[in-house]
Amino acid sequence: MPKWAMVIDLDKCTGCGACIAACKLENNIAIVAPAEAQNGRVMFWLDIISSYEGEYPAVKVNRIPKPCFHCDDPPCIKVCPVGATYKNEEGLVGQIYHRCIGCRYCMAACPYTSKVFNWEKPRWLDDTYSCFNPDVSLRMVGVVEKCSFCAHRLIKIKENAAQEKRAIRDGEYIPACMENCPADAIYFGDIDNKESVVHNLAHNFRAYRIMEDLGVEPKVYYLSKKF
Amino acid sequence: MIEKDEQIFKPIYQTGKGFYITSVILLMIIAWSLNMYIKQVWYGLGVTGMNQPVTWGFYIVNFVFFIGISHAGTLISAILRLSKAEWRRPITRMAEVITAIVLAIGGLHPIIDLGRPDRLLNIFQSGRLQSPLLWDVTSITAYFTASTVYLYIPMIPDIARIRDRGGKLKWLYTFMAWGYQGTERHKRVLNRAINILMVMVIPIAVSVHTVISYIFSMTLQPGWHSTIFGPYFVVGAIFSGIAALLIVMIAFRKFYHLEKYLREIHFQYLGTLLLIMSIIWFYFTFSEYLTGIFGAEPHEVQIIMYKFTGPFAVFFWSMVLCNFMIPVIVLSFKKFKTITGIFIASCTVVVGMWLERLVIVVPSLANPRLELPMGIYIPTLTEWSLFAGGISVFILGYMLFSKFFPIISIWEVEEGRTEGLKEVEERIHSYLPAISNH
Repeated sequence: MPKWAMVIDLDKCTGCGACIAACKLENNIAIVAPAEAQNGRVMFWLDIISSYEGEYPAVKVNRIPKPCFHCDDPPCIKVCPVGATYKNEEGLVGQIYHRCIGCRYCMAACPYTSKVFNWEKPRWLDDTYSCFNPDVSLRMVGVVEKCSFCAHRLIKIKENAAQEKRAIRDGEYIPACMENCPADAIYFGDIDNKESVVHNLAHNFRAYRIMEDLGVEPKVYYLSKKF
Repeated sequence: MIEKDEQIFKPIYQTGKGFYITSVILLMIIAWSLNMYIKQVWYGLGVTGMNQPVTWGFYIVNFVFFIGISHAGTLISAILRLSKAEWRRPITRMAEVITAIVLAIGGLHPIIDLGRPDRLLNIFQSGRLQSPLLWDVTSITAYFTASTVYLYIPMIPDIARIRDRGGKLKWLYTFMAWGYQGTERHKRVLNRAINILMVMVIPIAVSVHTVISYIFSMTLQPGWHSTIFGPYFVVGAIFSGIAALLIVMIAFRKFYHLEKYLREIHFQYLGTLLLIMSIIWFYFTFSEYLTGIFGAEPHEVQIIMYKFTGPFAVFFWSMVLCNFMIPVIVLSFKKFKTITGIFIASCTVVVGMWLERLVIVVPSLANPRLELPMGIYIPTLTEWSLFAGGISVFILGYMLFSKFFPIISIWEVEEGRTEGLKEVEERIHSYLPAISNH
């Protein structure tokens, strides 16, 4: 069984935000009105967190793309009262929108604040109604959603591979954020496969994970000279 | 037939204008909050002030608060019964009614909080018993069942009495009295049922608030992930429960002229209990925050500073003032420990305990571990309306109860006059050597 993981090279990342845009379009994520977004109801499956170091004029800005970390021991699935969030055998943490009762316990329990909630009936720009991604179901008001590592792409790839009677190649299954990254800062693949790029990068001396000490075993690795 | 305890029956047969006016006002508030809730179901939780990362707000705060208040009743009445405190007799019923009503209101709050209340039954269809929320569902249901039975069983002799007096709703009282005739055997069975229930209800009550604290402490979030949350919540619950009981007692004493039954001494004793709980509460709060500050884990300190000096400072320090400073000062000095003084202290404790729940729930959510912008939570009219609605349901429910059933246990008071007196004398004889001549 493969174990899907992501590596983000922060030394390559320019903080342009193309990953966010790709993610929103790929996954039919609702567009929230600016006033609502200001009130903390913005819908991002992949967000960029910014931290600032130093005083003006010597300010250093750190920009870190943050998808769901698809933890191997996810705190969110432990607390879900109805099993609407789960981890499959390939390590992907998913959300069943039609079972979720909207208690938001998983959001409260997630140490990475990775989940978002449909506070209102989801809305999209007028132009986008004709170009939804047909592979991703639309969500309804009152449920929690989050990054799926573009699991819908995996389904297609698996079907192709099965038809051609071969294993999935390294780099064949990639999420939309990686595909759209102009700096090639995002890598994705099977971390258990010793030949994969992700496995090698995750064991690079620059690799670290955010808040590793919590023991939730996130599967998103960051590369940075600083660490 | 004029009975000795006619005063207690009076509210059941006579209803004044004040009752109707208050009921109408309360019904209006309830209708308004219902309207707000329907709007919330229609438009989604966007009508509240909740957001990311503050995903829980007033509803969860009020849930913990109301369930806390519900510990007044059953737990206090069971402990007093178990310890054979004779002064319990006029107050047990009042305490138990609080539990039954407030528990129903508190238990509804997680449902109000749901984004998809229409999928509530998923909890039974695909419930995961590993989730602390399911523990809550289980223990609150158990507590509600136990406490309503525990309210009802000791009420049977009084219902039989109302049945025998005839008058309104005879069929209801006949049905509810279960053919109780007050024979020796009936009394024995009744007493045994009460004895079993009061022992059973104590662990259930303790489990309820422990499990509610587990909702928070089972997560990894700083400020929540604490081992003392279980007992801390139970102590807080009993504390706010006693305060609520005192408020109810003082209110009904005034409106129904029960000065003969609820004497100064009852308030003095309960006031002392409130003082003790206030000090225990402070001890827990002190331990909780001191360990956080001393260990100085950065995320923990961030949240503590958010409470001490940040946006929640005003709530935090009001909480300390309401839960510790005012009650301790009022209840420690004989001069202040009058019924008015106790009333003021009880009111501040109820407010303070609500603030405590707020101070526990919101700051941990508003300060996520990652360097995200700090969350802001400003409740909207919807949340305030539903809060007011919850309180109105409580008051109205209590008022209605008092119009159908005696809020002071008549047979227990009577038993105190006849058997209790003798029993206590014998008990004291058994405590001490050679108290009398024989």
